[in-house]
Amino acid sequence: MKLKKHVAISDSGFLFNATTGDSYSLNPIAAEIIKLYQQGHDDQTIIEYLVDNYTVDRNTAEKDLQDFCERLIHYKLVE
Amino acid sequence: MPRPLYHIALTGLNATDSPGPGMGVIRSLKAAENFDVKIIGLSYETLEPCIYMRELVSKAYQIPYPSAGMEALYQRLQYILSKERIDVLIPNFDAELFNFIKVSDTLESEFGVKMLLPTADQFESRQKFNLYNYGIKHGIKVPYTKIVFTTSELYTLEQELKFPMVVKGKYYDAQVAQNMEQIWQYFYKISSRWGLPVIIQQYIQGTEVNVCGVGDGCGQLVGAVPMRKLYITDKGKAWAGVSLKDDRLLEITGNFVSSTRWRGPFEMEFIRTPDEEYYLLEINPRFPAWCYLTAGCGQNQPEMLVKLALRQHVPPRLDYEAGKMFIRYSSDMIVNMDDFERISTMGEL
Repeated sequence: MKLKKHVAISDSGFLFNATTGDSYSLNPIAAEIIKLYQQGHDDQTIIEYLVDNYTVDRNTAEKDLQDFCERLIHYKLVE
Repeated sequence: MPRPLYHIALTGLNATDSPGPGMGVIRSLKAAENFDVKIIGLSYETLEPCIYMRELVSKAYQIPYPSAGMEALYQRLQYILSKERIDVLIPNFDAELFNFIKVSDTLESEFGVKMLLPTADQFESRQKFNLYNYGIKHGIKVPYTKIVFTTSELYTLEQELKFPMVVKGKYYDAQVAQNMEQIWQYFYKISSRWGLPVIIQQYIQGTEVNVCGVGDGCGQLVGAVPMRKLYITDKGKAWAGVSLKDDRLLEITGNFVSSTRWRGPFEMEFIRTPDEEYYLLEINPRFPAWCYLTAGCGQNQPEMLVKLALRQHVPPRLDYEAGKMFIRYSSDMIVNMDDFERISTMGEL
């Protein structure tokens, strides 16, 4: 999953799409996931990260990540 | 090194709920990097707020309405020029531009007043009723448009366009019609106010994005900043907006300036569809009221305009900061009756 070129996220999880002018407030885990994508990590690595760092089983982490990615696609934030 | 002081005259001092661009232009010029300015305001109404803002406008003169014609404007400017030095004049209203374009050569040769305006042909060819063909000529998508002069043409409208449609006046006003009943209603309302023709356009679903820019008249885009309105008043004016980084929009704008050899400031209004196609809705041949945002994000376009008008070299500067916002506010000024009396009776303040 690759974020679009002009999408920026602040430390507080405020995401701004400079192409459309849309902005979004992300919760801390969503912000972490975006940053992991920006660092070039793939879905599998991010699922591992979520399972290791949060009280969540693998299936739930996978499903939640998929839901989140669908939302990113819906808002046209990814390539 | 001392900074030059330029005397700049400009219009658009109506900082009201449907604001003219004057205040934005003045604030940008006051923030210019390379020169200082003395501002001479040219007003049409006695209650245009900037007339009374002494920190922005040093001296204000009333000028005749555009409908009085070119000669009346020229005579008034002759008087003003007997009192004031004017290096550069920046007209900021669509309706007055025709007269200013016509007097521009004489003002420069007789008084040395410089302007950077579109040519009469550029001004006319981008009028709303010419825009569809203008778009075809310059490779810009424009929503399908029908120019209507008589009510009989409305009967066949549905053969060419689908609902919703946008009914527009030739200078101002736009209403979205969902059915023929509304088409008739808006046609009468708009034609009685703004005259004929009435423009009926295919409605395009999407987000409005605008570009404020300056062309040098030789095909070079000197500056351009795209903006999306974040808050719109009931008159459809931007009350807040944000600068965007939109490469495709800048490319379209660059092609437009290159193809038309546009001279002077402009605002292009587009609809961006969900499929990321861009449809041009309007070209305004002047700065928009939000032009101070260009200075705010590092690309002071009114400053560029003054330098270009003074025949100075202005390299294209297309970098700017995206994500800069403007938020407009209104404020009450306390004004002495003496000032109001002077502008009302003497026509100057």
